[in-house]
Amino acid sequence: MRRLLPHPLLTPVLTLIWLLLVNSLEAGQIVLGLFLGWVLPVLTLQFWPEQVRIYKPMLLMRFLGIFLLDIVLANFTVARLILGRPERLQPVFVNVPLDVKSDLAISFLANVISLTPGTVSSRVSPDHRYLLVHALNETDTEALVATIKSRYEAPLKEIFEPC
Amino acid sequence: MLNIAVVIALTLVSAAVALSFWRLLRGPSLPDRILALDTLYVNTIALLILLGIHLTSPLYFEAALLIAVMGFVGTVAACKYLLRGDIIE
Amino acid sequence: MLEFLISLLIVTGAVFAFIGSLGLARLKDFYTRLHGPTKATTLGVGCLLIASALHFSIIEQSASLHEVLVTLFLFMTAPVSAHMLAKAALHLGLKSLAKLPDATMANRSMSPRHKQTRQ
Repeated sequence: MRRLLPHPLLTPVLTLIWLLLVNSLEAGQIVLGLFLGWVLPVLTLQFWPEQVRIYKPMLLMRFLGIFLLDIVLANFTVARLILGRPERLQPVFVNVPLDVKSDLAISFLANVISLTPGTVSSRVSPDHRYLLVHALNETDTEALVATIKSRYEAPLKEIFEPC
Repeated sequence: MLNIAVVIALTLVSAAVALSFWRLLRGPSLPDRILALDTLYVNTIALLILLGIHLTSPLYFEAALLIAVMGFVGTVAACKYLLRGDIIE
Repeated sequence: MLEFLISLLIVTGAVFAFIGSLGLARLKDFYTRLHGPTKATTLGVGCLLIASALHFSIIEQSASLHEVLVTLFLFMTAPVSAHMLAKAALHLGLKSLAKLPDATMANRSMSPRHKQTRQ
């Protein structure tokens, strides 16, 4: 089983990408998509040593919803800051201590941080315990860290890591 | 109405291309130039999509997809070069 | 009605793309410039792509969803490029309006290989 279907989640995702790429729902394309979704993970097995597991799919859906809303809000914030006076900006670097351990959760968190209000993740410390975040305009750094941890990190920890 | 919206949007995106191009020429540092190039890629995708809507031709989509993929690879390769002084390790 | 929605999406998207580039041209240091293109431009192009998907779905009388692929791809890659650029900038020690934390300066050498190439 492990050799024949190494990444059960990857197959439907690849099939979906193939169907979007050819932009049709014909039976032949679905079969071809399923075949590609099966053969690509088997051929590229050596590049993917870790197995991805999602422990709480419903929470992931809810998280993505909140996240989409935050992206839109973030853009209004950033637009306001850019159109305002650049001299007034107070950029700051913040070190966020990480509770999540797995590489996938850390990279997910870094991406989420980069797309939400006024923050860009800049570096993960070599021991994977701190994430350096650059904030565009922030005076209260502790509140920023608390928001990131409660709003994004806690759900991600539940989704990608066993309790 | 759609035509007017597309023309307005084309003007705005062209202005965005001009601004990123200015940053590309001005610098001052290498990461600035790479960032300007990356923005240029994304703006080009926007231009192609608008052109596709304007001419009602779905052909431009493939070009946009290719630019998205190649732009990302190019940006990451350039950053890798700055970080390590080498691209292929 | 749908045409109005598409027009609105197109203009909003273009305005956001413009604001992103404006931030790139206008702000003072590299790390703040990074914010404009990663957020505003990405959402702007996302809006345009959704408008395009709607437009072609109406014209062809069937769902045309392949624009979603580009949107997803952009939303996944934009933060990665931003992260790589910020990392490169920190590595080169570009000057910043914000104070750089000490821990990052201590860890500047990334790999043993890097040390060799520089010597």
